[in-house]
Amino acid sequence: MTATDAPKSTDYKWVGTRPIRHDGYDKVTGKARFAADLNLPGQLRGAFLRSPHAHARIVSIDTSAAEAMPGVKSVVTGADFPDLDAKNPDHDVAVNIIARDTVFYNGHVIAAVAATTRPEAEAAAAAIEVEYELLPAVLTIDESLAEGAPLANANNLTKFVKGGEPSNLATVTDLDRGDVEAAFAAADVVVEHEFDTAAVHQGYIEPHGCVVDVGPDGKADIWASSQGHFRVRSMTATTLGWDTARVKVTPAEIGGGFGGKTTIYLEPIAARLSEKAGRPVKIVMTRAEVMQATGPAPSSQSRVKIAATKDGELTAMDASFAYGVGAFSSMAGLIGAMSVASYKFPNLKLHAVGALTNTPKSAAYRAPSAPHASFAIESVVDEIAQKLDMDPIEIRLKNAVVEGDPTSMGMPQPKVGFVECLEALRDSEHYQSPVPEGAARGIGTGFWFNIGEQSSATVNLNENGTATVITGSPDIGGSRASMALMAAEELGIDVYSITPVVADTEAVGFTDVTEGSRATFATGMAVVNACRELVEELRARAAKMMKVDVEAVSWVDGSAVAEGQDPISLAAITAKAKSTGGPLNATGSLNAAGAGPSFAVHCCDLKVDEETGHVDILRYTAVQDAGTAIHPSYVEGQMQGGSVQGIGWALNEEYVFNDDGVMVNAGFLDYRIPVASDLPMVETIIVEVPNPSHPYGVRGVGETGIVPPMATVGNAIQRATGTRMTSLPMSPPKILAALDNEG
Amino acid sequence: MPRTHINCTVNGDAVDFLADDATSLLDALRDELSLTGAKEGCATGDCGACSILVDGKVNCACLMFAPEAEGRDILTVEGIADGDHLHPLQQTFLEGAALQCGICTPGFLVAAKALLDENPEPTETEIRFALAGNLCRCTGYDKIIRSVQEAAVQLKGATT
Repeated sequence: MTATDAPKSTDYKWVGTRPIRHDGYDKVTGKARFAADLNLPGQLRGAFLRSPHAHARIVSIDTSAAEAMPGVKSVVTGADFPDLDAKNPDHDVAVNIIARDTVFYNGHVIAAVAATTRPEAEAAAAAIEVEYELLPAVLTIDESLAEGAPLANANNLTKFVKGGEPSNLATVTDLDRGDVEAAFAAADVVVEHEFDTAAVHQGYIEPHGCVVDVGPDGKADIWASSQGHFRVRSMTATTLGWDTARVKVTPAEIGGGFGGKTTIYLEPIAARLSEKAGRPVKIVMTRAEVMQATGPAPSSQSRVKIAATKDGELTAMDASFAYGVGAFSSMAGLIGAMSVASYKFPNLKLHAVGALTNTPKSAAYRAPSAPHASFAIESVVDEIAQKLDMDPIEIRLKNAVVEGDPTSMGMPQPKVGFVECLEALRDSEHYQSPVPEGAARGIGTGFWFNIGEQSSATVNLNENGTATVITGSPDIGGSRASMALMAAEELGIDVYSITPVVADTEAVGFTDVTEGSRATFATGMAVVNACRELVEELRARAAKMMKVDVEAVSWVDGSAVAEGQDPISLAAITAKAKSTGGPLNATGSLNAAGAGPSFAVHCCDLKVDEETGHVDILRYTAVQDAGTAIHPSYVEGQMQGGSVQGIGWALNEEYVFNDDGVMVNAGFLDYRIPVASDLPMVETIIVEVPNPSHPYGVRGVGETGIVPPMATVGNAIQRATGTRMTSLPMSPPKILAALDNEG
Repeated sequence: MPRTHINCTVNGDAVDFLADDATSLLDALRDELSLTGAKEGCATGDCGACSILVDGKVNCACLMFAPEAEGRDILTVEGIADGDHLHPLQQTFLEGAALQCGICTPGFLVAAKALLDENPEPTETEIRFALAGNLCRCTGYDKIIRSVQEAAVQLKGATT
């Protein structure tokens, strides 16, 4: 059996099948080239000097000793980069990649060296002398929000507050609807808890890396791993003070991103080093650098209070969320407030802030900000169900949003499949099966908006009837296969006769970052649009060949068909392209509207060892609305991967800082992500409530899967032990402490 | 730093290269022999992305010094297939969608091959523990484990 013979999830010929992904062969044979796999002749290696302090003013930097060391070809500091206007959207990125007069966290880059070997570059970087004047550092949300707290970053002005003075608040969001106080006064049940969650890392296995060659024409040729090479281009140009046209970015295969590779760290530094040395420069971060200085997801503190009637109607929520966003401004607080969208809550009061701390600048991580809020809300909802002796799915079904219900921001939900997901879990073999002896079962749910944004695609039909589908969306989870499947469906040709390509910034139209679960949705639409234009052209060419009116020709299963004529296949038309008007190609581009939100519901059976505090996950099921699963295997893969990242967040993962703001567990030994022996299989149930705004009903599936696991696991632990865990990670020491408190 | 002349077998070919004593075998494979299939995810032996077989046993190439390769028989992901004929593990990984970003895939294939070479009928638990030194952040391991199980079935069918 070939993979494409597997059962289809739709009535389409190709969409919903499971072909071998086109880029797969290179990835199982070691041929795929990731960021660190390119080497150029004459290439130098780069290394950094990073701040040993969490917050300090740089009094002076002396690079003279470093510059005299063997093999050193160029050295740069913040003085080699322009100071951007504070209002420039890339201002903070520019300061984050290399400090100017102040370091804002331990690990902040101060200087960089290019030398003939990496050890030489590292030795020279270590020889750079810096004089610091220490500034007071704030390391936690509590310290950041305390009255009279020192400023973590004196440049930060609070957004959404008029006449904002410099403060530790990144954003302040207040939402209010209905009459919350009256609803609490009238409630039959009220449950309130406070929660906190540690900062966690995306944990991609590939460290950030790039090779940059600035030529004598002043143009930078960049090879880099990222979720969006057009953003690498714009951010690199902006932070160097260059025109965008001086920068070309070729996307390497990306070894995991999960949101963390939607920004830049290395490319402008490597470009300036290359420019100064007149040679290509390669920089690859160490794992410790990745952990200490790239995108953790924020920490959080929250308080959630929910009111319910005795029938289980959730009548009001009063909640506050504070996100510890690191040393620069962030929209995490606003997005956290926006992510509250699963239940009707006729009365709702939300307060959300981002709090700056002298820790690494936070970055997006899969459904950013939603897991923190969802952990708190889903924990409280579960406890209300217990107090009312209601089934946890039943109470959620009773309050689940449907089309037209408002999100926290008041926008009506489009057509969504939350109810369908809850019903699918309720009716599943897992949920219907008895809970194993000595174990307990928990459920949790999650929501994510998904986004549209701009995409471009070019489709070239080759003379032999095959097609090349060119997009600008880096493939982080199988999106090339999805593009090929949609093109195969549109054109009516075999999916394996299509070659999907992710092209460089000079070979395809502008395309936004692969984020927000948008690639298969938005870039997929650009591909579909290009294919539809091609089908029109194919009909016209066939009409010419048949000597009939184009209106008489229809496109059926890869062939032009007209009454009284022999059908002409796509390959027969492309073979005659020269005589019918030239090569056949088309582009599609759009700013996609109508992204379809995706809901997920998870269920977990687990055991808690009350002697050691260890949690053993026995069985796990993830249900999610994909809209339409273009390639079901990779939809399942997204659901499974998100689930396990969430299990890691729930049970193990956390940034541990010492009193000086140094991350003391900056490696995979001490920052322990889940390994195969920690887990069972992750069962998946794909729900398909098509998104009416997409030609195939796609919603996007990448992000929602990470939202439910923390509450799912926490709710199961509560049901196993009678103890509500309110602090992530729910690591053995915390579980033991909580059990002791209860005892 | 003086460089050592190292002779060994890599993917069936006799090779020689120069490396200084502080160079890891991973860097030597990647930089001296251009075999970039083995990846550096951590350089501390925690992620398994650089897994190679040394005389048939799994090793993290990042934890070996290049001169330790002298006289040894080394297999990297580039040597698993028989020409263009994929190893059953490579084929089941493709059909089973056991890779997403693919950065960990070379290490998993090498480690899984070592497991099946030694234990042709592993249980799910044995597979999970044998691969516990290989980190994957994309898949949640489910499809990797299933693909190893399927490859074991195919390999057993091929030998009986």
